[in-house]
Amino acid sequence: MLSRTADHLFWMARYTERAENTARMLDVNVQTALLPQSEDAARQAWRAMLGISELQQAYDRKHGAVAQRDVIEFMVCDPDNPSSIIACLTAARENARAVRGTLTTEVWEVQNQTYLDLRRRLHGGQLRQDPSQFFEWVKYRSHLSRGVTLGTMLRDEAVNFMRLGTFLERADNTARILDVKFHDSESEAETRRDFYYWAALLRSVSGFEIYRKVYRDVITPARVAELLMLRADMPRSLLACMDEVVDNLREVRNDVSSETERLAGQLHAELRFGRIDDILQRGLHDTLTEFLQRIYELGNRVSRDFLVPLAA
Amino acid sequence: MMADGAVRPHYRAFAEWLAQQTHDAIERKRAEADLAFRRVGITFAVYGDNAGTERLIPFDMIPRIIPAHEWALLQRGLEQRVRALNMFIDDIYHEQHIIRAGVVPAEQIYRNAQYRPEMQGIRVASDIYAHIAGIDIVRAGAGEFYVLEDNLRVPSGVSYMLEDRKMMMRLYPELFASHKVAPVEHYPDLLLDNLRSVAPVGVIDPTVVVMTPGMYNSAYFEHAFLAQQMGVELVEGKDLFVNNNAVWMRTTRGPRRVDVIYRRLDDDFLDPLAFRADSALGVPGLLSVYRAGRVTLANAIGTGVADDKSIYPYVPAIIRFYLSEEPVLNNVPTYQCRHRNELDYTLANLAQLVVKEVHGAGGYGMLVGPAASKQEVEDFRARLLARPDVYIAQPTLALSNCPTFVENGVAPRHIDLRPFVLSGKTISMVPGGLTRVALREGSLVVNSSQGGGTKDTWVLEQ
Repeated sequence: MLSRTADHLFWMARYTERAENTARMLDVNVQTALLPQSEDAARQAWRAMLGISELQQAYDRKHGAVAQRDVIEFMVCDPDNPSSIIACLTAARENARAVRGTLTTEVWEVQNQTYLDLRRRLHGGQLRQDPSQFFEWVKYRSHLSRGVTLGTMLRDEAVNFMRLGTFLERADNTARILDVKFHDSESEAETRRDFYYWAALLRSVSGFEIYRKVYRDVITPARVAELLMLRADMPRSLLACMDEVVDNLREVRNDVSSETERLAGQLHAELRFGRIDDILQRGLHDTLTEFLQRIYELGNRVSRDFLVPLAA
Repeated sequence: MMADGAVRPHYRAFAEWLAQQTHDAIERKRAEADLAFRRVGITFAVYGDNAGTERLIPFDMIPRIIPAHEWALLQRGLEQRVRALNMFIDDIYHEQHIIRAGVVPAEQIYRNAQYRPEMQGIRVASDIYAHIAGIDIVRAGAGEFYVLEDNLRVPSGVSYMLEDRKMMMRLYPELFASHKVAPVEHYPDLLLDNLRSVAPVGVIDPTVVVMTPGMYNSAYFEHAFLAQQMGVELVEGKDLFVNNNAVWMRTTRGPRRVDVIYRRLDDDFLDPLAFRADSALGVPGLLSVYRAGRVTLANAIGTGVADDKSIYPYVPAIIRFYLSEEPVLNNVPTYQCRHRNELDYTLANLAQLVVKEVHGAGGYGMLVGPAASKQEVEDFRARLLARPDVYIAQPTLALSNCPTFVENGVAPRHIDLRPFVLSGKTISMVPGGLTRVALREGSLVVNSSQGGGTKDTWVLEQ
């Protein structure tokens, strides 16, 4: 497969996944904002969300004070914010368009239709009237995109690079979501409120029902961390993402990729054989920060090894 | 329709069906077609515009129908014409018998901007130059076909031919049950077979690619479509490089040799070392590999020398010279303004003639006398006098019409036809082509850049 083609596929999947994760975070915050809480706490929550995405500065430059409406606007419709849903879905579609011949007609049509519908929905004011329904729609379009890929594409490198994009992005997002919540809880001791934090966090990764099923017990931060980091059967956990990264890397292996595979395998093994007690003892924040760095490095290495190789 | 207003026999079944459709029903189907075309993204990009302003080419739901015997004649004429044109290009770049025989003046070759001295003496696989030709045809009377233009460089539109058929089958399956319409869907298969057949000598299992200038090119949809339908890579210049006297593409598993390039960009942009140095679309060194016969370009470099409007008047003579046959298809009578007496005739009859720039394309830089105002005619007269050598003039034919769905209902509109002729070890084509229709009343210009639309083209099997 052409390197450029693989690059477009990788980023198409990454941007789609990023749009989904942004929608997930926003939705949870919108839901939490409905709970009785001080205005200060609400602002804290929105600020934390900007922090997850490393967008605090960009937001401040544009809006200054934190208000729900402005944050949502910034994270959904602002074309200048590269992580906004509109920027992500536009970029996903542009990447798809560049390689539409490589995609099945169905995959291309889902990307194109998502893009066309997005504009219609935003023009129609759905975001204001019913933000949750809008976020739900973004999530479903992402589900559809992954589903139609698995349902119609030949299982070749094209799919491998799309999966790599999806799971590197998802690993990054899950780690960020987990990290910010832990940050908060360390400073805030109210256990009652904690429950809502953790419940919201779990919901943002579709993990609330899974948590109950797995632990059949009250929600504790340590178990949430374990679920989202070390459980291979939790589809958005770090380990589940690394499973996919390692598998897909092996499929596309080339003459120069062995070091990338080694690093991915090492990270995978640490999660697979890791224990949450050890992680907590070392410090969750430190562990997650390091994980984010290693994921970032893996993304760069994938680019270097496969997507933009040097001439000849 | 015939001149007396009666329906031509091969349209009868369709006309009966059409009479039973309400305007609203057709309007609904048209909206459905628009939506589907947009979802599939069958749009053409407009240079400089952002993604939000991709345009749809209007699709007309009333097919153009060609009876079997007319197609048989057309096919014979197209094969003959393309065969002769390929022999002409080969001759031009080698022995030049035709110039020495005095059939085509040497100046028409050497002063032609499309003539490529770099091609002189180069052998290309199977001596084929125009692997894909899109010949524009108009019909003026029963069985009377005229060639308007031979497009031998990078003719486009074949994707619309295929998508229009798909759309018609989806919207009106019942029509295909009542008409025996010859299929065209195997075109990509013919194309792939054709491209593989012209691989460099000695290559057993050639790697074929489609080369595009990129996603902002107006025909990008077609490039991607053809690559996908053939199952080959769609490459841009930056995906290719030259090394060790071969062309390679950059893949995730390292360099891979490329043997046949169906290139959809003009000669000028192919190789910055040989042609335009400022082109970022090409591949440095490509020409050197090509000259060594180690890669095939389709179409070959320098084919434009034969599809120019200045060569067009000679094509009947070209056919007679190489094939010793009479041309099956007519040329439109053409006055070359570079000849004094033909210029005089043109100037005296401007209001009745169509005057075209020799190197013009896309319906720009032309005068349609009967449709022009007095002022426009006079303005053009001045241009013509200033540079008579770059203009030709042709009478406006009584072009055939085809019933077309317009705002007020069904009305006749002018059409032309672009069949796609493939040349490799053999000549092949699918029955039909792209029918373009001038949507504006009275207009003779069918180019999409001038508001033209397309129709499905039906060649009946009996």
